[in-house]
Amino acid sequence: MLRLLSLELQKLLLNRTSKILIFISFILPFFVILLSSLKINVFGFFTLELGELGIFNFPVIWHLTTFFASQFKFFFAIVVVSMIGNEYSNKTIKQNLIDGLSKKEFILSKFYTIIFFSIVSTLLIGMISLSIGMYYSSYTEFSLIIRETNFLLAYLVKLIGFFSLCLFFGMLAKRSAFALAFIFILFILEWILFALMTWKINMDIAEKIQNFFPLKSMYNLIEQPIQRIAMTKIPDKTAIVYDYAVHWYEITIVLGWTALFIFLSYRLLKIRDL
Amino acid sequence: MEPILTINNLTKKFGHLTAVKDLSFQINKGNVYGILGPNGSGKSTTLGIVLNVVNKTYGDFKWFDGETSTHDALKKVGAIIERPNFYPYMTAEQNLKLVCKIKGVNHSKIDEKLEIVGLLDRKNSKFRNYSLGMKQRLAIASALLNDPEILVLDEPTNGLDPQGIHQIREIIKEIANKGTTILLASHLLDEVEKVCTHVVVLRKGVKLYSGRVDDMISSHGFFELKCNNQETLVKYLENHSAISKVLVKDKLVTAFLNEPFDTEAFNKELFNQNIILTHLVQRKESLEEQFLQLTDNN
Repeated sequence: MLRLLSLELQKLLLNRTSKILIFISFILPFFVILLSSLKINVFGFFTLELGELGIFNFPVIWHLTTFFASQFKFFFAIVVVSMIGNEYSNKTIKQNLIDGLSKKEFILSKFYTIIFFSIVSTLLIGMISLSIGMYYSSYTEFSLIIRETNFLLAYLVKLIGFFSLCLFFGMLAKRSAFALAFIFILFILEWILFALMTWKINMDIAEKIQNFFPLKSMYNLIEQPIQRIAMTKIPDKTAIVYDYAVHWYEITIVLGWTALFIFLSYRLLKIRDL
Repeated sequence: MEPILTINNLTKKFGHLTAVKDLSFQINKGNVYGILGPNGSGKSTTLGIVLNVVNKTYGDFKWFDGETSTHDALKKVGAIIERPNFYPYMTAEQNLKLVCKIKGVNHSKIDEKLEIVGLLDRKNSKFRNYSLGMKQRLAIASALLNDPEILVLDEPTNGLDPQGIHQIREIIKEIANKGTTILLASHLLDEVEKVCTHVVVLRKGVKLYSGRVDDMISSHGFFELKCNNQETLVKYLENHSAISKVLVKDKLVTAFLNEPFDTEAFNKELFNQNIILTHLVQRKESLEEQFLQLTDNN
């Protein structure tokens, strides 16, 4: 396993473009969150301090930071599709197999890399959230801090799931640009299907089915936190039911997709003549 | 003899096209094999199948004793297919380190192999800055990294300039002299003739011949003769029992043998008949002549 991981890391980290994209997708959100937690004096007129808004309180901070950081996953998605696209365009996938890598090992080396970066990213976000929270939060009891840390698990699963989808599209399209286009098409397709089902059946069932779609199920893991923060500010608006929690079945659906995408990538490579 | 690669009834279809049809042959340790055939005869497809990049339709093949899986067996094989494929943004050394990781050998051989192909002083240049000849030599260094039991080369001199072709041939000869088994696919016959001891001849995916280069067609060779008294010579030869056919082209008489005939005895015999030769050479058909004869007949 370490051999496969180190293989792929060598391929990625010696490539300047991948290095920059990895930096943007994992290190940049880290800094943005860090900066936004500082007191910012806007041209001397007033002081902007996001911490005062209570958004860095435990446990809401877990929700906010993971949601924010997961928006940057798209940059690493480019790395994932290009790590397949480059292997095809340089024909190094052929050479790797000839040199004695099995097709299974080839897919696994990509998958391990995805897991590796997802874990690193989760740890980074976990650490930064914890330290900012400790600094700002009005309450720092242990039981409160660890409440909703399952957002971190959701974040990890979300990243692994999304990158596995990218890996599969990369294998399918063989070219990075097409693979990214496929992901965009899938996004549109999910909404068209949702609209169709709403129109033909009804909204309730359509929503339930939509929750099983790959992209939607990944989104469901960490829903947008803005409404939640707004609700804490205006407590009388309880009429809107808003379920933001991480549910076990949401995680199961995404893990199911992940397994399917990895398996299909392997099948695709297996039946293909290179 | 220890078998290295055994192929049994291998068939590959691409839709309606049958690229390789019912192919069987065996590669033994220590010999240098050539796979010959015109473009599109299935050479690369066959190599692709045994190298795990093309899926077979029927048949089977086994590396060594057949006990190890294909990808593990390939760790003991060095192979280059058509163009050299490396990561353009890595240096030669980094590329070779990656191959070492895949094959599970340590990095100590990298410098030694780069020395063999004459790239040691360029080991820190990026692959994308290499010329085609250098890329091909790097591919050979990469194939040699694990001190392979067999070296598989597919058109190794394709697209190179004469100097590049010469360099690659010299390297191949050197490797062959060290006793490494080589399997060389090529449509360049003189290339195969210079290094190979055995050949497999393919045409349209079908095997026409496999065996020693010398035994490719059942021929005892021919004499090339010149004589001032040509008429007498031709008349004598046409009635000779050991000679099947006589061809006359300008001053050169070619007499094809149907049984082995010693040059000295032949010369003596003609001298006794009062035929004095000015030119006498005994030859066998070149690989090219044999190959054309074989592919035309079938």
